[in-house]
Amino acid sequence: MFPRPIEQSSPALRIGYQLLLPFMLLVWLIPLLAVMFFSIKAGEDFTQGNYWGIGEGGLQGFANYWMVFAESDMPRYLWNSVVITVPTMFGAVALSCMTGFALGVYRFKGNLLIFFMFVAGNFVPFQILMVPVRDLTDQMGLYDTRMGLILFHIAFQTGFCTLFMRNFIRALPRELIEAARVEGVSEYRIFWYVVLPLMRPAIAALCVLIFTFIWNDFFWAVVLTQSPESQPVTAGITAFNAQFRAMYHLMSAGSIVAAIPPVAMFFLMQKHFIAGLTLGAVK
Amino acid sequence: MASVTTDTPMHSSPAPRRKISQQAIAPWLFLLPAFLFFATYVLYPIIQSFYISLYEWNGLYSPQYRGIDGFTDQQCLDLGNRAGREPGCELTGDTVWNAEYVGMENYRNLYTDPFFWTSLKNNVIWLLLYFLAIPAGLMISLFLNQKVVGMRLYKSLFFFPFVLSQVVVGLVFSWFMLPGADEGLLNVILGWFGAGPVNILGNNSTATYGIIAAGLWPQTAYCMILYLTGLNAVDPEQIEAARLDGAKGPKMLWYVVLPQLWPATFIAIVVTVIGALRSFDLITIMTNGGPGFYNTSVLAFYMYDVALSEFGFRMGYGSAIAVILFLIMMVYIAGFLWKMWRDEKV
Repeated sequence: MFPRPIEQSSPALRIGYQLLLPFMLLVWLIPLLAVMFFSIKAGEDFTQGNYWGIGEGGLQGFANYWMVFAESDMPRYLWNSVVITVPTMFGAVALSCMTGFALGVYRFKGNLLIFFMFVAGNFVPFQILMVPVRDLTDQMGLYDTRMGLILFHIAFQTGFCTLFMRNFIRALPRELIEAARVEGVSEYRIFWYVVLPLMRPAIAALCVLIFTFIWNDFFWAVVLTQSPESQPVTAGITAFNAQFRAMYHLMSAGSIVAAIPPVAMFFLMQKHFIAGLTLGAVK
Repeated sequence: MASVTTDTPMHSSPAPRRKISQQAIAPWLFLLPAFLFFATYVLYPIIQSFYISLYEWNGLYSPQYRGIDGFTDQQCLDLGNRAGREPGCELTGDTVWNAEYVGMENYRNLYTDPFFWTSLKNNVIWLLLYFLAIPAGLMISLFLNQKVVGMRLYKSLFFFPFVLSQVVVGLVFSWFMLPGADEGLLNVILGWFGAGPVNILGNNSTATYGIIAAGLWPQTAYCMILYLTGLNAVDPEQIEAARLDGAKGPKMLWYVVLPQLWPATFIAIVVTVIGALRSFDLITIMTNGGPGFYNTSVLAFYMYDVALSEFGFRMGYGSAIAVILFLIMMVYIAGFLWKMWRDEKV
């Protein structure tokens, strides 16, 4: 293990390390802690220029959060984000289970070429797609709809998911598939009954990652939607920003609400999330 | 069609043949749905962008007219958009792509466009400074690579910024850097040391660095988690052997640990380059390209602003910027694919 385990050092160093940990964490998260503090402060503190003290209004508790839900389009933005994120998650994962299986199990001409096409597509800058995709979405009558965003996200995320799934399937023992073939099992049943059950960890990892990526997407949200009826929370919060300009207490509460779903997802599914992000980091 | 001779003897059982054809067809069937999606939304649009970049186009389609009362269709076509005011022309219900072919003109205009060069320069600054995330991530991962009580929670909380949306990160840092002496926490802290106040985001020469600092926060967290995973897999026997030889500290890190961390470093480089070149959200949220005209712009931001700005939709010009960005990115993508290809062959 590197660096040398702290248990092997002197007691003073050990205690020092234990004390340094929370201090460093505090420094690391200080901008975020400031926002959390803002989000429970009273509005008049800001108008009076009392940014960091606790004025006569005291601390508001959840009142600011309640305001955000009651007096803005926030609930609708949140719901839009859910409606966009969940189908995208299922769509992209389903498609990439199939592509991963096709590219990971079969040897055929063009296999690597198709695989590289998905990988490269996943890395291109969004701007090279922007004008045509916006135009296509418009032509389909899907501009400013949640469906327009869902379809695009499924297509684009399939690139990353294919990279992930294919590498995962390649690491599975091939003998299982060979054995099934000798038994005369059809290719489709091999996919469904042999490979798919083994892919569960990969599916879980991808679901969490895609959920976070799509929930946090901002660019496509502003390119393909414009009204509160269809905008997800990342784009909505900028409209929200205009509505509550300089009302830092409400903006802070709104930002925290917008951040909660992916954060909750991360803490619940941490193992899968990290396994997904660090794919290949130890190979 | 009289001949019925085949290469296969009649007595061979049909089963193996069916299996072989199934194995030949199955991958294509599995690939088809995703390929259709991907081709429609990713591959074809890339080609379209190259094509659109040769046009002057405001993103609109104009209605088409046909001639009536002695007017010919061609006359109405020649009138273009003015045909709507001409009684001899009536709407067909169709629309036509309303763009003018200008060849390389968009690219020539980029060459003399100061905002394009500012954006490109800022892209270079982003790219260079974003690499700080890699050593910073390594440092934090070394700091956290211990087995003490609550370490799992510490690690997750250090990783936390990466899970936040860039929009939220942008807002958080905008407030952190608020200009007044007692507004932003940064200035409050500077005040304790008798320094400041500074207006980072409102100043032409510092705004870009302020945004990059915000971007480095989640990016460092990402690199940290890559290195923590990498450190887990470092061979303990090699470490022990090196310790017996008297290696420790920076020497151990450089000669023994870092080489083993190469896979993690490689991924960190890839995601950092991509992250730097894709930067858009933070700029939009924190300065919207300002202060002034496009001082904090990068190509990704400038393209969006040109193509969808309130001053008119210049889709062709925007696409030309996108093509340049794409070509820059392709250098890295090609390098990445080349390494993957080499790894595949082994």
